[in-house]
Amino acid sequence: MQDFASAFGEAFRLIAALDASLAEIVWLSLKVSVSATCCAALIGLPLGALVAIATFPGRPLVILLINALMGLPPVVVGLMVYLMLSNAGPMGGFGLLYSPAAMIIAQTVLITPIIAALSRQTIEDLRQEYDEQLRALGVGPVRAVPTLIWDGRFSLATTLLAGFGRASAEVGAVIIVGGNINHVTRVMTTAIALETSKGDLALALGLGFILLTIAILINALVMGLRATATRAAYA
Amino acid sequence: MPEGSAPPPDRTAVLPIQGKGLTFERGTRRILGGIDIEIGGQGTLVLIGPNGAGKSLLVRVLAGLVEPTAGSVAWAGIPPDRRRAPKIGFVFQRPVHLRRSALANVTYALAIAGVPKAERTERALAALARARIAHLAQSAARVLSGGEQQLLSIARALATEPEILILDEPTSALDPAATTAIEGLLVAVRGEGVPVLLITHDLGQVRRLADEVAFLHHGRLIERTPREEFLARPRSPEALAFVRGEIVL
Repeated sequence: MQDFASAFGEAFRLIAALDASLAEIVWLSLKVSVSATCCAALIGLPLGALVAIATFPGRPLVILLINALMGLPPVVVGLMVYLMLSNAGPMGGFGLLYSPAAMIIAQTVLITPIIAALSRQTIEDLRQEYDEQLRALGVGPVRAVPTLIWDGRFSLATTLLAGFGRASAEVGAVIIVGGNINHVTRVMTTAIALETSKGDLALALGLGFILLTIAILINALVMGLRATATRAAYA
Repeated sequence: MPEGSAPPPDRTAVLPIQGKGLTFERGTRRILGGIDIEIGGQGTLVLIGPNGAGKSLLVRVLAGLVEPTAGSVAWAGIPPDRRRAPKIGFVFQRPVHLRRSALANVTYALAIAGVPKAERTERALAALARARIAHLAQSAARVLSGGEQQLLSIARALATEPEILILDEPTSALDPAATTAIEGLLVAVRGEGVPVLLITHDLGQVRRLADEVAFLHHGRLIERTPREEFLARPRSPEALAFVRGEIVL
């Protein structure tokens, strides 16, 4: 019990002193997860909009697949990306394995279905509401896409935050493709796993607090967005 | 052009709007039964009839929003196309507005109609002023009252200077004050020479606004006559019952 108490104390000291190792890990975590969220947004938002608006054979199957992929196990994603990036894999020549880029790829694969599925739902709901009015104004399907994305911006921002939350809290995929190498690919979640196994609870707890704070901040942002949307009757 | 040949159709105009043999079926149910109609003459044509007569569907078909099962629609002699849609101002029974300000809703319609950006705000403000809601320009459209939202719909429809204004029961859920405001606007629009096609259940509105009345019953156009004639001497038993205020099934 005494050990735990001192570990908590040490954790707060590390945070308060902006410990260099801790800061480095937090900074890399944010860089990787923000980059992955941006990449996933670039793929997932247009994909979600396309599936929401276009009618094509097999559309229900595509929706089913995207929805099912939201539950992708991170370790399976890690394994697939590992196989792609390893020397024997199709992208082995790029030498990305055990680099932050590999971790960004893995997190992108993991959260793209989440962003695509949630944005499809948002845009499709909005389209059903706007469809007849937009057609009466002379708006075609292509021109409708930016309109729907803009009008659904608050819900879509929430979707991106959900994707970021999932990416930043993920450990299974990044530990496989990143290797948890000190000063290179060590992020908050992999560091917590390692330090706990080593018995260095102070650093693990410090990182845990920061991760928890990020999760709370994300939720606060989501709530703020919702409140803003409601206030402006945009919801 | 060779002498005697027909002039080429105007590819920018929409009037007259003609429907020939318009039929719409859903499953085994026939909702429109081979209607021939032409709209776009001067004045206000009121389309009237009991619930389920097919009034809303007919105007949607004429506006190119719904494809008929059989028959055809022509705008100024050629099939409808999206490019000319802004020439038809369409106001729905339940207003749908973008999650933006009242002003932005109108400027959006102007942008779609191809109005240069520099002119949009001025024209949108003029359209809002005409509907007497200029003071609400910066308000979020979706928090306006029902009457204000419907006035905004009409302002948006008129901002693009349509050749015809079509309204599907615009006052059905509104109080007398809002109804009066909308009727005043429709009278002004008619006075400017813009043809109006209005769907209503309200015989009072027929008396106040109609120049001509078309009576629809069970998907068929039963009669189309000048207002005085329709009110004084309806030709069909269904229209007579409707004018007397009897229940028409």
